[in-house]
Amino acid sequence: MLDTRIDFYPTHEHEGFKLRHGKPFPFGATLIPGGVNFSIFSKHATSCTLVLFEKHAGEPLVEIPFPDYFRIGNVWCMVVFDLDYENIEYGYRMDGPFDPAAGHRFDKSKILLDPYAKAVGGRDVWGEKPDWDDMFQHRGRFVFEDFDWEDDCPLETPMEDLVIYEMHVRSFTRHPSSGVKHPGTFAAITEKIPYLKELGINCVELMPVYEFDEFENSKQSPVTGEMLYNYWGYSTVGFFAPNAGFAATGRFGMQVDELKTLIKELHKNGIEVILDVVFNHTAEGNEMGPTISFRGIDNQTYYMLSPDGYYMNFSGCGNTLNCNNPIMRNMVLDCLRYWASEYHIDGFRFDLASILGRDPWGAPLPNPPLLETLAFDPVLGKCKLIAEAWDAGGLYQVGSFPAYGRWAEWNGKYRDDMRKFLKGEMGIVGAIAQRLQGSPDMYGYNGRGPSASINFITCHDGFTLYDSFSYNDKHNEANGEDNRDGANDNESWNCGWEGETDNPEIIALRKQLIKNALTALMVSRGVPMILMGDELGRTKNGNNNTYCQDNDLNWLDWSLLEKNSDLFLFAKSIIAFRNAHPVLRYHEHFHNADIVGSGCADITWHGTRAWNADWSGTSRALAFMLCGKHAKGGSVEDDQIYVAMNTYWDALDFEVPSPPQGTKWHVAVNTGMPSPDDIFAPGMEPALSNQSNITVGARSVVVLVGR
Amino acid sequence: MAFSATLEETGGDARIFLKGELDAGSAPQFKDAIEQAAAKNPKRLVLFMNELDFMASAGLRILIFAKQKMGQGVDIYVIGSKGPVLNTLEMSGFHRSVYVQDTFTE
Repeated sequence: MLDTRIDFYPTHEHEGFKLRHGKPFPFGATLIPGGVNFSIFSKHATSCTLVLFEKHAGEPLVEIPFPDYFRIGNVWCMVVFDLDYENIEYGYRMDGPFDPAAGHRFDKSKILLDPYAKAVGGRDVWGEKPDWDDMFQHRGRFVFEDFDWEDDCPLETPMEDLVIYEMHVRSFTRHPSSGVKHPGTFAAITEKIPYLKELGINCVELMPVYEFDEFENSKQSPVTGEMLYNYWGYSTVGFFAPNAGFAATGRFGMQVDELKTLIKELHKNGIEVILDVVFNHTAEGNEMGPTISFRGIDNQTYYMLSPDGYYMNFSGCGNTLNCNNPIMRNMVLDCLRYWASEYHIDGFRFDLASILGRDPWGAPLPNPPLLETLAFDPVLGKCKLIAEAWDAGGLYQVGSFPAYGRWAEWNGKYRDDMRKFLKGEMGIVGAIAQRLQGSPDMYGYNGRGPSASINFITCHDGFTLYDSFSYNDKHNEANGEDNRDGANDNESWNCGWEGETDNPEIIALRKQLIKNALTALMVSRGVPMILMGDELGRTKNGNNNTYCQDNDLNWLDWSLLEKNSDLFLFAKSIIAFRNAHPVLRYHEHFHNADIVGSGCADITWHGTRAWNADWSGTSRALAFMLCGKHAKGGSVEDDQIYVAMNTYWDALDFEVPSPPQGTKWHVAVNTGMPSPDDIFAPGMEPALSNQSNITVGARSVVVLVGR
Repeated sequence: MAFSATLEETGGDARIFLKGELDAGSAPQFKDAIEQAAAKNPKRLVLFMNELDFMASAGLRILIFAKQKMGQGVDIYVIGSKGPVLNTLEMSGFHRSVYVQDTFTE
C-alpha cells in the first residue's frame, strides 16, 4: 500500500515555494495533507497575491501572485506545500480600480485579512498596545480541526426550558475579586461553571466572541483619564475566529482550543452556549475607516453603498454589511455552519437583525432570502435563532420579524412594559397580562408560539436591574460623549434617591423591586433571559451604555456575592422554582379555557377580588392562576400556581381563589418578607394561614402553590 | 535544549520521557514516539514531563493526537508537568481529558 498520496503533488514553484492548482471550496485556508489550500473570492479585483509572514514578522516571508490559470470564475485558489503551519500568518493583496463612486476601493498597498480566517493574530493579548506601524495588523492563521470533543454535541434543550444568562467574557471574571487563575478569559469561565450551575441557568449567551480590535476608536476618557476601548466588541474583524484577547492562551495561539474546551465543559454541565453575532457591520467603519479586509477585497459586494458610493449606515457604526447580496449571504451561512459544527454552538443571537432583512439598497424585504436560508438550513436545523428585531435605521420588527417558524426575538416590549409596571405605573395591567402569557398579542395571531418571545427586563444595553431601581436618569459622562450616548427611555425609578445611598429603607426597597422583577420574569411564559450580575445587585453607577469601559463599570464584582447574599439566594431559588414547575414552561400559548377537563381554565385572571381582575386605567394590582393539570398541554401534572402582583405603594388584600380540591395553598414566594422568608424551596413552602385571603405588601409579589 | 522523547514499556504501560522544548520543530519526534507506543497496544500511556521546559501549540496538537490515536480505552497520564508546560495544559483545557499527576503512582 502506498503511504503517501501520489495524486497530489506540486506542479508549480515560486521562489522555492511549491504550488499547485487549488480547490475553490471551501473558502479560506484549509489544511490538507502536505499543504494548505488557499481560496478567496473577489469579483472586481484584477489580480491577487498571497502574502505569507513568519509569525509576528514585520516583513513578508514571500509574496506569491496567483497565476491567472489558478483563478476559477471569481475565486483565486492555490495550494502551497510544505508550510510550517504553526509559524505562518497569511493575508492577501488585491489589485483593482480605486473608484469610490463606482463602489471600488482597491488598494494593493494593503495586506488584507481573509474574511474566512479561522484564527487571527495581531491582538493576541488583551490591551497590549499594537504596533501601529505594522503593515499587517490582523493576521490570518491556520487552525487544526483535531479538537477532542469526545461524545459532546449541542444539547438541544427545548426553547421553553431555557433560562438564558447574558454575559460578557471579559467582564465576568476580570474583576480582582473573581479569584480565578486567568481573569477575563474563556478559561476563567470554565473555572466559574460551578457558580453558573448553582444559579441554575442552563444557557449562556456570550456577547461578541468573534475577533475584534479592542483598540478600534480607543481614546482617553475626559472624566477619568482612563483608556476607553471597543470593549463590548460589537465590531467584528474576523467572523470565523474567536477573539484572541479573550483567551489566556491567545499569546500562544491556542484560543480555538480554549474556547472549545469552555463549550465542552459547559455542555457537560447542561449549559448551552448562544453566541451574540454581529453581521450588520464590520470594524472597517466608513470612508475614513481602516482597510482591514472586505473593503479591499470587494467593497461593492460586501457593503451597502449609496448610488454615489458612500457607505449606508443602518448600523449606526459607519457601514452596513450587504447581507442580501448572495456572496455575503453565503458567508453568513458558512460562518454559522462553521460555528455550529466546529464549535458545537447551540444558538445565535443576531445583533440588529433587521439589517439582515434589508435588500442591497436598504429597503426592508417582505421575504428576506438570508433569514429564510438560515431558518431552513440543515446544519443549523436545531440551533436557536434569536433576533434583535430592530436596527439603527429605524426598522422595528418586534412581533413582526420574518420568522419562518424558527426565529425568536428579544421582546423589547416585554422589557418596556414590565419596567413600567414594576416601578408602579398605573393602567398597564392589560399589557402585562399579555407579557406574562408569552405575548400572544405579538406572537399568537401569526402562529408563533410563546417561545418566540425572549423575555428580558435588562440586557447589556441599558441599566442593570439594580440601576433600574437606583437611577431616574442615565449617567454616561465616563463614556466621553457628554452624556449624549445611551438610551433616554429607561423606564427606571430611583426609589427616592439618585444613586448610592446608606438609607436602609431605600436599599431594602431596591432589593425588593429586584426580586419582583426576577419573579415576574420567571413566572412568565416565554424564554427568560437575565443579565450577568443582576442576581447579585450589580451596578454600573447609572451608566446605561458601558460599551467602552474596561473597568469596574463592566467587571462583575464578586464581593457582591457576600454583600447581597440575600439577592443571590432569591435569584437561584426563583430560577429553581421555574425549573421545578413545568406548568410555567410550554411552547404553546394559553387557551384561556379548560382543555383537559380539570374544571379550571389553563390560566385565569384575578385581582384583589378572586375572579375579578381590575383592568382599569388606575389599576396597579394583578393576579393570575395557572392550572397544574394543564402543565405541558396536560401531559404532566403540576401544582396549581397563583401569582399576585401589587405595584401600589400600600399593601393590598387579595382574595384568593380556592385551591383544587384536596390541596391547600402554600406560600412559595413573598417578596415583601425579609430574606430568607421571601422564598421557599419546593416542598418546604409554609401553608397559607388564611386559605382565602392574603395581604400582599406594598410593591410586592406573592406566589402560592396548591398542593 | 535539544528535545528528546524516549519510549519504554513496562507491564501494560507505555512510558514516554520528554525532555527539552516541544515546539513545531520537535513535535514530529514526539508524534513518532506516540505512534510506536500505540503500536504496542498499551493499557495506559504515561507521559513524563518533569524535564520538559516548554510546550508550544504544536505539542498540544500531538497530545490531542495521542488521545485520539490511543482511543477511549487507554488512560493517559501526564506526570510532573510544571511551570509554563502545566500552564499551557490548564489554560487550553487539555488537563481535563487526562490524568495530571505530580508523581506517578502505579
